[in-house]
Amino acid sequence: MNMLDFITKLLAATLAMGTSLAYATLGEVYTQKTGILNLGMEGIMLMGALAGFTTAFNTGNLYLALMMAMLVGGFFSLIHAFLCITMRANQVPAGLAITMFGTGLANFLGERLGPASNGYNLTGMNIPDKFSNIAIPFLSDIPILGALFDVSLLTYALYLLIPFAWFFMYKTKHGMVVRAVGENPRTAASMGISVSKIRYIYTVIGGMLAGLGGACLSLSFTPSWNEGMTGGKGWIVIALVIFSTWNPARVVIGTLVFGGITSLQFSLQAAGLKMVIPSQFLGFSPYLITLVALATMTIINQKKKGSFASPSALGTSFAIDDK
Amino acid sequence: MKFRLEKRDSRSTRMAVLVPVASLLVSFILGAIVLLISDANPFQAYAAMIKGAFGSQTKLQYTLVKSIPLLLCGLAVGIAFRLKFWNIGAEGQYVGGVIGITWVMQFWTFLPSALLLPVGMLVGILFGAIWGGIPGVLKAQWSVDETLTTLMMNYIIIGFAEYLYFDAWKAPRGNMGTVLYPKEAWLPRIWGRVHGGIFIALILVGILWFVLYKTRWGFELNMIGKNKRAAECQGVSIKKNIILAMLLSGAIAGLAGVIDAAAVTHQLTKGVDAGYGFTGIIIAWMSGLNPFISIIVSVIMAALETGSDALQMTMKLPNAMGAVLQGLILIPLLAGNIFIEYRLLVIKNRKEVTA
Repeated sequence: MNMLDFITKLLAATLAMGTSLAYATLGEVYTQKTGILNLGMEGIMLMGALAGFTTAFNTGNLYLALMMAMLVGGFFSLIHAFLCITMRANQVPAGLAITMFGTGLANFLGERLGPASNGYNLTGMNIPDKFSNIAIPFLSDIPILGALFDVSLLTYALYLLIPFAWFFMYKTKHGMVVRAVGENPRTAASMGISVSKIRYIYTVIGGMLAGLGGACLSLSFTPSWNEGMTGGKGWIVIALVIFSTWNPARVVIGTLVFGGITSLQFSLQAAGLKMVIPSQFLGFSPYLITLVALATMTIINQKKKGSFASPSALGTSFAIDDK
Repeated sequence: MKFRLEKRDSRSTRMAVLVPVASLLVSFILGAIVLLISDANPFQAYAAMIKGAFGSQTKLQYTLVKSIPLLLCGLAVGIAFRLKFWNIGAEGQYVGGVIGITWVMQFWTFLPSALLLPVGMLVGILFGAIWGGIPGVLKAQWSVDETLTTLMMNYIIIGFAEYLYFDAWKAPRGNMGTVLYPKEAWLPRIWGRVHGGIFIALILVGILWFVLYKTRWGFELNMIGKNKRAAECQGVSIKKNIILAMLLSGAIAGLAGVIDAAAVTHQLTKGVDAGYGFTGIIIAWMSGLNPFISIIVSVIMAALETGSDALQMTMKLPNAMGAVLQGLILIPLLAGNIFIEYRLLVIKNRKEVTA
């Protein structure tokens, strides 16, 4: 295999892997921009993966499957919003609760919603249809960059969604409202903005996107259901939000880098590097790299006096009558 | 009619008891709905779970054995939570403990066998402390987000443990797991399957209660958690305390792993990441970070796990039901916590009042 082929294949794998991450990260960026930290992503993504897969398995309709995944994701993040906004619960344990409940429930239902012939288990079942890659003639033949034009509909949709998300946040009046709520809820409230309403809306939208991200895994990346199939991607998403410095446009960079490292790790394993480096080391390398990158970035950020700072009100509850 | 929340003058003790108990009930009701959806009779299922957790002496022993590492993980996490340091890495610190004791048991053969267990335990505790200390230092020195660092470190050490039991430390026979520890270095059993670790855990509960509630250091940790700025004004070093608390938290999670390895598994093998560290988060939160109450809560959590294993055997229901119920407890608990500090006022519509 020549180098050009290898890079093209790597980019293709990166895009496939990164798609799911990009949806969920975009969702979390919007949620955090309003000041709500949702650590429930891992659970929400897994529930989304399950909802999408079950729907596709039973109806064969992929679009219905995506809608169900978004609905379920929205519902779980609504619980989070209720806890954090209405009940003023601490956002960290609330998110952990969503993750624990979501992963538990998804793993439980995954063993109950399957056909009786398979012991009610969904694992090992196939869906009649999946989101496969659609190659655009000519464009997909370009070396390396051609990989960008041989992806699934879910990835093509991102090419539109990411610029839109950036434009919406930085160039529209409504985007300014979102940022104001996360930066200074008190001022936003004094301008007549309903802080709670905005936070509810974007927490739910964030959850819907995370559900969609989960469904990308079970309907396209590895079209199947497996217990705990998100394997920590929901946590990587939280790190990617920090790497993107809460800017929807920069979500692309983070997901490409992380997707790239993970795919590279797989292809190195396949290429027999595990003779030199144990496969388990390659397996945890993405998490190690995330850890190192997170620490490095935080330290640099401090030296630069917070040029990539998080939304000021992130993680704090807000009530008008608070003193 | 309108609702308003009014801050109470002091925390309501009645609510502090009522809310967790009610949460447990709510989670069982919601769990019943999950069971109904999945075509199972909730009454039968819960009866099977209770029977599976407490139905016989052996079953009770299994539940107690499970509650020991859970209690320790709950204590470990609780210390960090006291100063609002979100340690979700107890799972990894636990695995660190198991790696530490296994290392001693396997390779420190120059030690007299009577010393293997105590030295192994110390090394395991040290590994746990180091694994907890790293995120502590990162947070204290450079305020690197601890939820992510502790979590990423879980994946790293679990992967490393996998390498050890599948590859580097694999016993010559079999396809995974290390050689069993020498029999004379096992932690002895005291009642059926229940082992001496239960005493260590209970003594630790007493010590921690004293340290957290009766010493200056415990007071400082509490103050940092409640109001960082006020603590700083009082001259409390936040950096030093974060690192100390995380070393202790990691050490206790490591101890949980060490005890379970020395008394139950006697080796490092698949399943070392059993999720005790995550369940510890629920235990800490539900007990209101109180070590004594953690004892009861950890037995309940252990019962949910052994009960759901029984559920799988008797009713062919997935044993993930335990995790569903555990996760479900936190949601009403977090929602209800507000009533401990706030009072709900019902304001009648003015027109109605004047009418």
